[in-house]
Amino acid sequence: MEEIIRHLTPLLKEITGYIYPNEIELHWGILVVIYPYITGLVAGAFILASIVKIFNVKEVQPTYRISLLTALAFLIVAPLPLLAHLGHPEKSYEIFLTPNTSSAMAMFGFVYAWYLMAVLLLEIWFDYRKDIILWAKKETGFRKWLHKILSLFSVDVSERAIKFDKKAVKIITVIGIPSAFLLHGYVGFIFGSVKANPWWSSVLMPIVFLFSAIVSGIALILIIYMIVTPLRAKQIDMVCLNKLASYLFYVMIVDFSLEALDFMHRIYESEESIKILSQLVSGKLFVSLIVIQLLIGMLIPLGAIATVKIFDLPDELKKQIYFLSALLVQVGIFTTRWNVVIGGQLFSKSFSGLTAYKMTFFGMEGLLTSIGLLLLPFIILFVLFKILPPWDEARTAVK
Amino acid sequence: MKQWPLSNLWKKLPEQVRRLSILGIILVAFFLMIRSLLIPSDFGKFGHYRASAVEEIASLPMQYAGQMACVECHEETVTLKGKGYHKNVACEICHGPAAAHTRDPGSVKLTAPRGRGYCPICHEYLPSRPTGFPQIVSNSHNPMKPCISCHNPHDPKPPQTPKECSACHGEIAKTKSLSHHVYIPCTRCHNVPKGHKISPRKFLPTKPSTREFCGGCHAKGAAGEKGIPQVDLATHGKRYVCWQCHYPHLPEAH
Amino acid sequence: MEHLKTQEGHAIERRGFIKKILQGCAALLFPGFLLAKTKKGRTKPWVLENGYNPAEHDWGMGININKCIGCGRCADACKRENNVPRAPFFFRTWVERYRIFENGKSLIDSPNGAINGFKFPADEKNIIRSFFVPKLCNHCDNPPCVQVCPVGATFKTADGVVLVDSNYCIGCRYCIQACPYGARFLDPRTRTAEKCTFCYHRIVKGKLPACVEVCPTQARVFGELKKKASPLVRFMRMNKIRVLKPSLNTEPKVYYANLDMEVR
Repeated sequence: MEEIIRHLTPLLKEITGYIYPNEIELHWGILVVIYPYITGLVAGAFILASIVKIFNVKEVQPTYRISLLTALAFLIVAPLPLLAHLGHPEKSYEIFLTPNTSSAMAMFGFVYAWYLMAVLLLEIWFDYRKDIILWAKKETGFRKWLHKILSLFSVDVSERAIKFDKKAVKIITVIGIPSAFLLHGYVGFIFGSVKANPWWSSVLMPIVFLFSAIVSGIALILIIYMIVTPLRAKQIDMVCLNKLASYLFYVMIVDFSLEALDFMHRIYESEESIKILSQLVSGKLFVSLIVIQLLIGMLIPLGAIATVKIFDLPDELKKQIYFLSALLVQVGIFTTRWNVVIGGQLFSKSFSGLTAYKMTFFGMEGLLTSIGLLLLPFIILFVLFKILPPWDEARTAVK
Repeated sequence: MKQWPLSNLWKKLPEQVRRLSILGIILVAFFLMIRSLLIPSDFGKFGHYRASAVEEIASLPMQYAGQMACVECHEETVTLKGKGYHKNVACEICHGPAAAHTRDPGSVKLTAPRGRGYCPICHEYLPSRPTGFPQIVSNSHNPMKPCISCHNPHDPKPPQTPKECSACHGEIAKTKSLSHHVYIPCTRCHNVPKGHKISPRKFLPTKPSTREFCGGCHAKGAAGEKGIPQVDLATHGKRYVCWQCHYPHLPEAH
Repeated sequence: MEHLKTQEGHAIERRGFIKKILQGCAALLFPGFLLAKTKKGRTKPWVLENGYNPAEHDWGMGININKCIGCGRCADACKRENNVPRAPFFFRTWVERYRIFENGKSLIDSPNGAINGFKFPADEKNIIRSFFVPKLCNHCDNPPCVQVCPVGATFKTADGVVLVDSNYCIGCRYCIQACPYGARFLDPRTRTAEKCTFCYHRIVKGKLPACVEVCPTQARVFGELKKKASPLVRFMRMNKIRVLKPSLNTEPKVYYANLDMEVR
C-alpha cells in the first residue's frame, strides 16, 4: 500500500489536462508489452516453418527445425509475463476452470493450449520421432532415457510408419497456419476489441498484429541462424539467407501498408478522440512511434534490404546488412508493442488529458523481470538445441 | 461382441498414434479431474459467477446508519432541523457515519465540526455552484468567528436579516463588481418585496421587462454621465430585449 | 396512430431478426455471445439470506447537475462506507468540476476526487459556464467489463447491479481497461479489481447508497427503474436526461439531468 502510494504520488505532477482519478495507475506495464512481442515471435517463426513445409521452399529448409524449436522455446515463455503481471497468479488456473466464453482473454488460454499441444508439440514430435528413436538406440545413460521418454517409447521406424509421420506433419502444418494466425490474431483482438479505448479499438488490429508478428518471427530466425551457424563452425547458406531476407522485406511492406492504412483511416474519420490522440503521437509517443518504430524499425531496414536487392553487394556486406536490419526490425516490433500497450494507456478515457508511465527496476513488474523473461527463451532454445539438434548432420549421422 | 470393431480399429492405428492417444487421454482425464475438484460448487448457479459472492457482498458491514436511525433518540434536534433550511441535510453529513454509534451509543461517540473549516465545504463561494445556493466568501465573512457562534447548524438562519444582497447573491455581486455597472445598486433594476429576505423563494424580486428600461441610460440622447454607451433603440437589435444579448451584471460592450 | 404502431412493430421485429442472425454468426467464433444473452432468461428464483429477492428489483441512479454544489460529501462518504483506500488514486465515486471559458477552452479538475471539496479557483475570470459532475460506476446494462472478465469474477446480478467477486478475481485488470468511464481500480491491498456496488450491502437492506444518503442537495437520486412509482422514475419524468458516452452502447443506468456537452 505505502509502496504503491510512493510510486504513484510523483506521477501526479506529470499529468497534463484532466484524467479520471483512477487512471493515474497505469495497469498494463512492460510485462504486457513483452507478452504480445513474444507471442508474435512464436507465430512468426511458426509461419516461416510452415511456408517451408507447405510450399516446399527448398532454399529455407535449413531453418525449418530451427524455426519450430524457436517457436516452442518462445511459446513456453509467452504466458509467463501475463502470469507475472496478474494480481493473483496463483488463481490463474480459473481461466481454464471457468472461462468466460465472451472474454477474449479467456479464449486465449484455450487457443494457447491448442496451439502448444495440438500443433507445435505434435508437429515437432512427428518430425523428430524417427531421429529420436535412432538417437536413443545409439546413446547411453541419461540421454538414452531422455530420448526414449520423448519418443513415448515408440520403436516403429518402418517405411510405413515414417511415411505416416510425414503425412501427419503436413496435415498439422495445414492446421497450424490458421492456428498461428488465430494465436496472434487473438492477441490483436484482445486489444482491438476494447471499444472504450480508441487507440486500440480497430478492426485492423488483429491483422496488423499478425503481420508484424510474421515480420518479427522471420527476423528472429534470421538472427538465430546467423549467430548459431558460425558458432557451429559452419558456412552460412547464402541462398537461404537471401530468401529469408526477401520474405522479411515483402512481409514488412505488407505490414507497413496495413499500419499506414490504419493511420490514414483514423485521421480521415477524425472521431471524438482525434485531438487527444494527435497530442499523444506528437508528444509522449513521438520518439517511440515516429522515430523508433517507423524510422529505425521500419524504413531504415526496408531501405537497407532494398539496397541489397538492387545493387548486387558482396556476400560479407550482405550478411552484415541483413543482420543489422533484422536487429533493427526487432527493436521496431518491440516498440510497436510498446506503443500499442503503453500508448493506449497514456491518454485518459475522458479524452482531456495525458498521464505518464514510470517503469520500476526491481519487483515483479519491473525492468529486471522483463529482461529475464526476454532472455529465458534463448536459454530454453539452447537446451532444446542440445536435446533435439535441428542440424542436418545430426540427422544424417544416425543413418 | 460389440467391443470387437473398436479394438480392431485400435490395432489398425499406427503405433505412434496409439502412444500419443494414450498420453492425450491421460492429459484430458487429468484436466477433467482437476476441473471437477477445483470449481467452486456454487459457480454458475445463477450466471457465470460464484453465487455466494453476492451473499458475501450483501453481508458487508454498514457504516452509515441512515436518516431514520437518528430520530429514535434525538427527536428534538431532528424535529428542529426538519423545519429549517437544513431539513434535507442528513445528520451523518456533519456528524460522520453513525452505524457504530446506533449499536452502542454509550461508548461510540460522534463528533461535530465546530471550527470554520467544515461549513465552507458547502457554503464557500465557488463560481461553479448553482445560483441561489447560499454562499459566502469566508475571508471577509467574520473571519475570526466560528460559524456556529452566529448560525445554529440545525436551524441555519442568518442572525439578522442581511442588509446587503451580496450576502446571498455572492456570485452576482462578484460578477457585478468587475463590470461597468459596479456602482448601480441592485434596487435600481430590481424591486425587492418585503418578504424576500425571509422567504427568498416565495417572494421573488422583479426584473426589468422592457427595452425602454435600459434605454433610460443607453438610448441615444438619454441624460446621464458621459461615456455611457448609447444606441439608437429604433434600429439596434430591434427583435430582442436587451438581456437576450447583454448580461446586465457584466455587460460586455465597452 | 395505429399506422405508426405497426410500423414500429415491424422495425423491432426486423431489428430482432438481424440481431439473431448476427448473434448466430458471432456464436460460431465466440460461443459466449449466445450464452450471455440467454443467461438472464435462465435466472432461477433466488432469495438472499436476509429475504431480499434480486429478481424483484432493478436499480438505477439519477444525478441532477443543476443541484450539485460540489461539496464532495458523496466521495468522502463512499470511501468511509466501503473502506476504500484514502490515497488519491482509488475512487468508487468522485466529483469533477468543469469550467468552460469564453474562448472555448475548458478546464476540468477533481482534486483528490473532491473528498475535501473544491478550493476557489485561481483563474475564475472569463468563465462562461461552470458546474460539477459526480461520477461513479454506471452499472451498464451492457457492461464491457463483465464481457471481458476471463474468469467470471465480475458479473451483473438480477437486479442490474454490476459486482466484483474479489475472492475470485485474478487481478488481470482487463476490466479496468474495458471500462470507458474509469470507474474501476485495482485495490492495492487485495490486488483485485474494485468499483462502486451501489452500496449493495445497504440496498439489500432497504437503505440508500452512502453517497445518496449524504447528498445535502438531493442531487443524487436512487431507486427502482421499473416500478410505477419511485424517486428515480419521478426524476426521469421530470427531467431531460442523458447518459455518458451513449455511442458506446453500454446502456448506463446512471442518468444525468442537465448534463453539459463537455462532459465525457
